Amino acid sequence: MKRRSESIRRKLLPAGAFCLIILIWWALSAGSLIPEYMLPSPVDVGKAFIGDFPNLMNHARISVTEAVYGLLIGTLLAFALACAMDRFVHLEEAVFPLLVVSQTIPTIAIAPLLVLWMGFGMEPKITLVVLTTFFPIAVGLLDGFKSVDPDAVALLRSMNATRGQIFRHVKLPAALPFFFSGLRISASYAVVGAVISEWLGGFEGLGVYMTRVRKAYAFDKMFAVIILVAVVSLLLMKCVSILRDLSMPWARRRGQQSGNP
Amino acid sequence: MELLTTRHVSKSYNGRMIIRDISLRLEEGELVSLLGLSGSGKTTLLNILAGLVRPEEGQVFLCGQDITGAPGHVSYMLQKDLLLEHKRVIDNVALPLVIRGMRKEEARKKADPLFAPFGLDGTQMYYPSQLSGGMRQRAALLRTYLGSSSGVALLDEPFSALDMITKGQMHEWYLQVMARIGLSTVLITHDVDEAILLSDRICLLTGTPGEIHDEIRIETPRDQRKEFDLKPEFLAYKQQIMGILRRQMTA
Repeated sequence: MKRRSESIRRKLLPAGAFCLIILIWWALSAGSLIPEYMLPSPVDVGKAFIGDFPNLMNHARISVTEAVYGLLIGTLLAFALACAMDRFVHLEEAVFPLLVVSQTIPTIAIAPLLVLWMGFGMEPKITLVVLTTFFPIAVGLLDGFKSVDPDAVALLRSMNATRGQIFRHVKLPAALPFFFSGLRISASYAVVGAVISEWLGGFEGLGVYMTRVRKAYAFDKMFAVIILVAVVSLLLMKCVSILRDLSMPWARRRGQQSGNP
Repeated sequence: MELLTTRHVSKSYNGRMIIRDISLRLEEGELVSLLGLSGSGKTTLLNILAGLVRPEEGQVFLCGQDITGAPGHVSYMLQKDLLLEHKRVIDNVALPLVIRGMRKEEARKKADPLFAPFGLDGTQMYYPSQLSGGMRQRAALLRTYLGSSSGVALLDEPFSALDMITKGQMHEWYLQVMARIGLSTVLITHDVDEAILLSDRICLLTGTPGEIHDEIRIETPRDQRKEFDLKPEFLAYKQQIMGILRRQMTA
């Protein structure tokens, strides 16, 4: 009973904070404290969202497709590279610093180059999403592989387990929480990465829509699309959480026992 | 009949000799303790017996067959229970069979009847996090037993992480189980009481590098060791061992 009320309280608090922000926003715009062209009221943003809903969904479909493809490819590449770096120490020593350096290059600086090289289709957008989502997953997995208890590896070695069996029974399950933490971060980067790449060239997508409404000074639509991007990112992160719970039932059970979500 | 023997085993790390000229034998159904202070090379010796580490000199034999540096012949339980949190208890216990190539379902079928004798009945589908400390140790011992095709188990301070009461219960329980399943055991411990309570023989591993200087046979039969630690013979053994350890430390 106490745990249930704790869970309700934990859900109500952010919902209350969200409502408060909307209320302050509405008060600021209704009281004309901030000009409407700078901050449209939540009601206007809602109307813009509903009025342009089919168009928004059409653009969202493109952006989500790019984000999901990019995230999938990024995950596969990150998984392969993390496994290879775990297996071959020299490869990790050679490649890991380059990976870190690659993260210092701003996404917005690469996007025009990708458009130049690949054109205005989906390819440069997906590539940019791959580049932004790859790093957190690869680093998360590598950290996960390193976090394995060496005694657990010794135990399996004493059973004469092969390298593949040690990976399957000990290393991979130990790395899963790290993998899903990285995947969660990457899922939020994926949609943002797709939108940024669409700003710099393309015909469809939420980034393209955003550029168009900005040029038309339709700030209510601009806010509507910003909220939609946030919602899509949150949904993608939720999907990752569901996938994590399905893949790691033992962790969910432990969380329930300790009262954690 | 001699099951496991080592002949003149020595091992160094980074030029420093850890153990020297160790010859040890384990008879069928016997429990031999390696008792020594920290740093005397007990774990190194156990790693050599398990085949995880190859000695620079000497050999390890199992039923006359040379198994030096070859893991998988004897089963090994470390200080921590090392149950894999992502596997159900039955899959943890059956892991050595799966590693040997048995199908998961078949391994489960083989492990299942042993849950009751090990006091774990009903926990098959639990995750390790749902077990108490004592139950976790029992599950780890069951895994060790199932992994031991040769009937030899190496235990590295398996009860040291338990509280005093649970440890006492586990000692009694282990003696009963050993008698029932006939497991031959090499036990590492730095707990003198534990060594006297459980062992048939105690090998004192002392000095740097570690060497077996003394061997003490506990004459009281294992089935008569209930509340053994309250009896005068127990104290006599303890005095004898403590005397040797103190002399070695002074030397």
